Amino acid sequence: MELNPYMPITMKLVKNLVETEDRNINTFTLQFLNKQDEDNFKYMPGQFAEISAFGHGEAPFGIATSPTEPGILKFSVAKVGCVSNALHLMEEGTMVGVRGPLGNYYPLEEFKGKNVVIIGGGFAFTTLRSLAVYMLDEKHRGDYGDITVIYGARNPGLLLYKEELAAWETNPNINLVTTIDRPAEGWNKRVGFIPTVTEEIAPSSVNTYAVVCGPPAMIKYTLPVLEKLNFPPERIITSLEMRMKCGLGICGRCNIGTEYVCKDGPVFSMAQLKELPSEY
Amino acid sequence: MKISKEKFGQSFDALAAEYQIIAPVSEAEGVNYEAVKNFSEVKQDYLNSKLPPKSFFFPQHEKLLSYKKEGKDVTVKNELKVKKTILFGVRPCDAKGFLLLDTVFKNDQYTDPYYFERRDNTVVIGVACNKIAPTCFCSSMGFSPASSAGSDVFLIDLGDAYQVEVISEKGKALFAGLAGLEELSTEDHARVDTIKSAQTTSKVDVSTITSKLDKMFDNSYWDTLQEKCIGCNACTFACPSCHCFDISEEVRKNDGTRVRTWDGCMAPLFTLHASGHNPRDKKKTRWRQRMMHKFNYFVHNSGDISCVGCGRCIKSCPVNMDIRQVIDGVNKAELVVN
Repeated sequence: MELNPYMPITMKLVKNLVETEDRNINTFTLQFLNKQDEDNFKYMPGQFAEISAFGHGEAPFGIATSPTEPGILKFSVAKVGCVSNALHLMEEGTMVGVRGPLGNYYPLEEFKGKNVVIIGGGFAFTTLRSLAVYMLDEKHRGDYGDITVIYGARNPGLLLYKEELAAWETNPNINLVTTIDRPAEGWNKRVGFIPTVTEEIAPSSVNTYAVVCGPPAMIKYTLPVLEKLNFPPERIITSLEMRMKCGLGICGRCNIGTEYVCKDGPVFSMAQLKELPSEY
Repeated sequence: MKISKEKFGQSFDALAAEYQIIAPVSEAEGVNYEAVKNFSEVKQDYLNSKLPPKSFFFPQHEKLLSYKKEGKDVTVKNELKVKKTILFGVRPCDAKGFLLLDTVFKNDQYTDPYYFERRDNTVVIGVACNKIAPTCFCSSMGFSPASSAGSDVFLIDLGDAYQVEVISEKGKALFAGLAGLEELSTEDHARVDTIKSAQTTSKVDVSTITSKLDKMFDNSYWDTLQEKCIGCNACTFACPSCHCFDISEEVRKNDGTRVRTWDGCMAPLFTLHASGHNPRDKKKTRWRQRMMHKFNYFVHNSGDISCVGCGRCIKSCPVNMDIRQVIDGVNKAELVVN
């Protein structure tokens, strides 16, 4: 019999880190228990997994690590529901279930030889981090042109992966622009909403892909900016969220028209989304 | 070829030693499929069961896995258990429903082992309909009350005997040793012809519905269609091709079970995100989803309409919504140019 796609592997929660100062987002570092599990879990940036907090349930979360970081998986999760609450309260060392990798991934093959502009808002920066780390890896960096990251949050304390962002500031392989919505004490970088900042930076659309993830309002106002910069819909990529159960395209709740976000997405180009009903 | 019901009954009872046999039986609420040991328990003259026999491949409630927590550790156990089964007395609409469900539980990427382990270990014996309900409309859905599609063995009830048609390899293996087969008499042939040529009296026109729906996502038809619907999901539970489910946990202290249960697109919580956002937050959007899924999305994804014309949703609706009228309404809806 084929592998049962409903059976999770067991992984150990080795770190449960409070990621943001509002204590709403934690980053969970999960460790593979054996080589076989890790070998079976071959993933790419943009994919997600169903995490089980045993006793509470299972929920889908984007994978924040890159496949270039072996041995572990990381997930940055907001405390909003039953499973995410249980995970936030979980003691390090506890075993959790992981099912995946699920879904498609960012079109890294298409990105080869192109510049990539990554635009993220709030805590929708998890699979974008995976993407950036993957492209920055020394084995892959040569495959891509300029890498620009525009990342914003309401205030400095809500930015994810602060240490990593600090390292990217001085990394010549990546052009990082961080912004916050309103001025804050001690913040000497940009202030302004993502769409405005994107317009100011005005990344060239020539030979360039844009990858955009964030809250709906941010997406809504960023897309026209990208359009103005002449990004064609085929080169604007985003990742969607939906309520999911199976993650396998069977349980019937995450479809947008004919497409199941779990198995046909979560990554779509704007050209693809334009063909689908606006039901997301 | 035919076999007398007496001889068929003897084979049936003998098979019950080796197989779990599920067949239609009379219950207080009507006819439903249950496990039986003897052919004498089987209900013979029935229109169809109240609930479709999809539940034997896709139970309303089933254990996917169980786990035991000890401190920070956990052990997880697969709960997939399957018995060799004969599903007897399946009507053509429901057998067709299995073919539709097959395309859902095995897609371009995944195979659902819980469904297919049962499916692969079950022989489906279909029986043609001698009686047709006023709510039946299978003749409009590309087959008929005597279609053998989806059955491994197909029977036509001739009163005191069955005409036997072996359809699949599975059916062939099961009926290889069937003793007492006779040739059909002239009267039998006439009876078979009558049953085979029977059509449902109720009809719908689905010839252009898929392409029409391609252009109807934003149509105002959906605005009023759903007004009396109370969102109870009875239609989806009674539907042989509806497949939506929920996965949840049943927990007692350190022992837990992960179960899946039928769910349906008519419930507002079905698509509610943890954030509070809900892409199908209105009844209108849910009715649209139900119709679009069955008559448009499913066709684009699997090449067939996901409705078999069994009429159960019509019979079970507490507010008398009728899918035939909705199909008609779609056909008649004016297309607005945006």
